Amino acid sequence: MPLAKRIIPCLDVENGLVVKGVHFREVKVAGDPVKFAEKYSKQGADELVFLDITASQERRETMKNVVRSVASVIDIPFTVGGGIKKLEDARDILLSGADKVSINTAAVKNPELIPKLTSIFGRQCIVVAIDAKRSYYDHGKNFFEKNGKKRYWFEVRIFGGKEGTGIDAIEWAKKVESLGAGEILLTSIDADGTERGYDINLTKAICQTLNIPVIASGGCGSPKHILDVFKNTDVDAALAASIFHYKKSTVDKVKKYLKKNGILIRV
Amino acid sequence: MTRIAIFDYGAGNLFSLKAALERNGAKRVVVIHDLGKLESVDGLVLPGVGNFDPAIISIQRDKELLFKLIDDGIPLLAICLGMEMLFNKSEEGTMEGLNILNGEVIILPKKKVKIPHVGWNNIKIRKKESKLLKDINDGSWVYYVHSYHVSTKNKSMIVASSDYGISIPAVIEKGNLFGTQFHPEKSGDAGAIMVRNFLRVCSEKE
Repeated sequence: MPLAKRIIPCLDVENGLVVKGVHFREVKVAGDPVKFAEKYSKQGADELVFLDITASQERRETMKNVVRSVASVIDIPFTVGGGIKKLEDARDILLSGADKVSINTAAVKNPELIPKLTSIFGRQCIVVAIDAKRSYYDHGKNFFEKNGKKRYWFEVRIFGGKEGTGIDAIEWAKKVESLGAGEILLTSIDADGTERGYDINLTKAICQTLNIPVIASGGCGSPKHILDVFKNTDVDAALAASIFHYKKSTVDKVKKYLKKNGILIRV
Repeated sequence: MTRIAIFDYGAGNLFSLKAALERNGAKRVVVIHDLGKLESVDGLVLPGVGNFDPAIISIQRDKELLFKLIDDGIPLLAICLGMEMLFNKSEEGTMEGLNILNGEVIILPKKKVKIPHVGWNNIKIRKKESKLLKDINDGSWVYYVHSYHVSTKNKSMIVASSDYGISIPAVIEKGNLFGTQFHPEKSGDAGAIMVRNFLRVCSEKE
């Protein structure tokens, strides 16, 4: 199958500026989204994701402007997520030049939003983001074991990871696929910000369950982590932030490394 | 002076398409909702985001005008759903297509591949004399986002294809009619060359 694995730098945007958090908290400022977008696109990024983490009400206008500026300079696709609650929010973002919108909390609160969006915009531009966290309580459906010890399952969390839902992530993924989601952006809250690698178990389980593309997210600290997630799961794309923002590596270096190690990559 | 009109039939995301045409040398790009109000242009673009039936419904009113522009030889670039609409029918909907080209639009092989087909795939060039693919290398990477593909008995119009479970038509070319299943405006350097090739065809038509 000659479909290249995608490398997707992710940019968290707050009040129009790129920031990077650890474990969904402690936010550090990192810079201008348009400059990041241009740089990554030149380095060979296959796609970009912008997550708007702005809390205030003025977010809509600010983000529309960011989307417009980014869309005028780059010629690769990009997804925008964060704060998309209803159809009009999605339309605003798509009409400002984004290729896809990603919905998270709104999908959990109102699953009917998914078919509503796909019927108008097509399923390919609707990404459902799932933030999953290991839970050791008993009410999950799909259990995993860690070194033969404590059993855990993956719980869907919403509002940027702050609130639990009691929903099993694997069951939720199946449901959003059946509702028409075009792609899943899967973030492991446990791994996010640790820079110790993607959650392979979670990613593998979700990919085995679904027939739509999955983007792995959370935990990338080195090119090796991206290689690991591509070698050990059927995931279609790997999303990373800090290794690119803080210049630990560049997209072109990562891609060369992956290609050398037998991964099909667009270079 | 290359003037291009993007026909907005309610498909969304026309901003980046417009930006791509401008970046690659179009002098004037207008987005029009009503073909009847169209002043003279050198080329027309039929964008491609959305669903088959709603798109066909919104293009009904201007169908005859579109046919006339094509008959006049105005170069047309139809992207993704825009290209799918040119054919007879689609499994995505129940409406009749525009019947400009013969063939139908069917779903990708469900059991063999993930749907939608999202991401970078390479193209096999079947006809080197293609105007849209001038200076494009065989095997170039292009960006796809779709669930349906064209199936036609008229193989001669398929100038490039991609493999995704089966061989799918990637670029259709018939005279000044160009169709791409992928998104040239999102396909990095290769896509930019195709946009420039289209603009050249438009300016030569003058």
